Amino acid sequence: MEQTKSFFETPAPPNFKGVLSWLITTDHKRIGLLYLYTITFWFILAVLLGLLIRTELMFIGPTLVEADGYNALFTLHGVIMIFLFIIPAIPAIFGNFILPIQIGAKDVFFPRLNLLSWYLYIIGGIFALVSLFGDGLADTGWTFYVPFSVGTQTNVSYAATAAFILGFSSMLTAINFITTIHRLRTGNMKWLQIPLFTWSLYATGWVQLLATPIISITLVLVVLERVLQTGMFDPSKGGDPILYQHLFWMYSHPAVYIMILPGMGVISEIIPVFSKKSIFGYKAIVFSSLAIAVAGSLVWAHHMYTSGMSDTAVFVFSLLTFVVAIPSAVKVFSWVSTMYKGSIWLGPPLVYAMCFVYLFSVGGLTGLVLASAGTNIHVHDTYFVVAHFHYVMFGGTGFAFFAGLHYWWPKFFGRMYNMKSAYISAGMITGGFLFHFTPMFVLGMQGMPRRYYDYLPQFEQGNFLAGFGAYVMVAGILLMFYNLLRSLKKGEVATSDPWGGVTLEWSISSPPSLHNFETEPQPPEYPYDFARVIGRLRGK
Amino acid sequence: MNSVVNPVQQVDQAFYYIMGISVILLIFITVTMIYFAIRYRRSRNPDPADIRGNWKLELVWTLIPTLIALSMFLVGWNAYSGLRSTPKNALEINVLAQQFSWIFIYPDDNETETENELVVPLNKPIKLVITSIDALHSFFLPAFRVKVDAVPEMETYAWFFADRIGEFDIQCTEYCGTGHADMNAKLRIVSEEEYRTWLESQE
Repeated sequence: MEQTKSFFETPAPPNFKGVLSWLITTDHKRIGLLYLYTITFWFILAVLLGLLIRTELMFIGPTLVEADGYNALFTLHGVIMIFLFIIPAIPAIFGNFILPIQIGAKDVFFPRLNLLSWYLYIIGGIFALVSLFGDGLADTGWTFYVPFSVGTQTNVSYAATAAFILGFSSMLTAINFITTIHRLRTGNMKWLQIPLFTWSLYATGWVQLLATPIISITLVLVVLERVLQTGMFDPSKGGDPILYQHLFWMYSHPAVYIMILPGMGVISEIIPVFSKKSIFGYKAIVFSSLAIAVAGSLVWAHHMYTSGMSDTAVFVFSLLTFVVAIPSAVKVFSWVSTMYKGSIWLGPPLVYAMCFVYLFSVGGLTGLVLASAGTNIHVHDTYFVVAHFHYVMFGGTGFAFFAGLHYWWPKFFGRMYNMKSAYISAGMITGGFLFHFTPMFVLGMQGMPRRYYDYLPQFEQGNFLAGFGAYVMVAGILLMFYNLLRSLKKGEVATSDPWGGVTLEWSISSPPSLHNFETEPQPPEYPYDFARVIGRLRGK
Repeated sequence: MNSVVNPVQQVDQAFYYIMGISVILLIFITVTMIYFAIRYRRSRNPDPADIRGNWKLELVWTLIPTLIALSMFLVGWNAYSGLRSTPKNALEINVLAQQFSWIFIYPDDNETETENELVVPLNKPIKLVITSIDALHSFFLPAFRVKVDAVPEMETYAWFFADRIGEFDIQCTEYCGTGHADMNAKLRIVSEEEYRTWLESQE
């Protein structure tokens, strides 16, 4: 196997060299790496914007910027993190690279459409950049609530256009993955032989495909409202601003499951491999992913208990929201039970995965406080919500992204990173994270509203602590990326299966060859049967 | 206190109930996970078991969280109902939100108006009828667990029971532009007599 050339040396289509061999590639692995580079760029930019926000808030009164600058900062931080990082990160990077291999395919079903999705991602990103110049930075928050977003003089139209184009990138990737899973599974791989990461992307794909059109239409309506004054959301013309909120959250709540489901898929891969033990309750995890995808699409108005909608609606959406908590709880219990009587090696991917389980549990459990109608009223739109969704989105999806990076990095590049630096950076990121976001729960309970440029004196201590944590966390993130980059030159050469995995990506060389498999692969009878790996370990 | 049930207590009890169970669950999950990682580390446990699931256990940990979730829903709904059931004898004050201040209009003959200061008499339920004249705002009175959006061309309401003398913060919690963070007001709860004299002095 070692003689075959890796995909880095065999461009597809052939005969192109250098940058061009990447810019017109249809190879799912190269496209995955293109996403890796571009998404990381946006991630680091948004992290630094977040750091500016925290620095501004460390001390009472103006510190770095004026109110308008601050409002633009949190808008940009939110728009970039959501639309350019969290939504695409795991599906577009790991999904593109790993999904076809996990089902034994040579590529995705529509390779050229796959490249188009990347270009749409880039064009969307350029629109987001353009909105930075001109009449003023968009200052509406990532939610673009009307009527404020219709009246403000800033570049809302560009920011909305960016989100609109990124939506298409997301939908096309979803169509591609769903089709690939249906049509390109190797030999006789049955549905219940598909690895859990691929399953999670399948569930995510349907949500992306069905929910994203709603935000696209809604953003078009906002732009029409700005340009043509259509009045759809303007009460003085008979429109309804609460209608906008329904439309916005009808996408944006399912979108949080678009963000977290692939992360759950990554964790479901890592915990068994590092425990050398089958995932506990494979079917329950598959069905809970599908249940989350369905139930998660029916809970959007729990963002709107205080909006003025009817109490009956509050009753229904609160009840449904509690229902969607259950499949998530099932997953957490399954992950922890997988470790029971395993043979556990605390490699960096597992360290990140365990931090994920803790942070995601905090995020999920505080979600219960928000789901409950009576308690929601007090903490809605306060720092409690900010803390909650950073625990879920960063502690959850972000940590799953880091876990996936450390898990699949040797497969991507054939190099192993420095273990010691990986542990140190994981410790710094987690420690910083706890200092960063835990005080926000307290601030929220005390009544500090979110999106505040300045605050009442009683909130200073918590904000100072949060800022301190932010610096530790960002230093850890930079160290992590430095360690990964350094491995490309200095890292040890990785074997095809450094962790002892059982899914198909570990049966081929690192990095893989252009067509992934030299011969038609045989999927294992049960996707998480470690008997062979354990035999190999004993052999040593 | 009067016969009126104070929703603040119900809301706080819901907080304690949900957070208490959550903390227990969180400790249980975390301790178990860390215990497994230590107890079954590779150097100590080189031979993993092959357990792929256990439907009875899985059924239990689906049903129990379902019951817990439903009980939390009911506790939360109960507290919410308290926040929404305004007593009949409530003193009604109109609230106008605008970029970036709060206007309060009192039900006396002069229709007294104040800006960024809400004064109410002690031991009375207070009903606030809220609307906005520009963007969305949200009226937040943390001390009484009250929050409701101010929406243009629409009236929303909230109520609280003014059960203690003092000064309390009011903040805007729906992002409304440059001055959002400065859109603060004070609630002042004063004795019945002081309220009357104050209202008369406002001419």
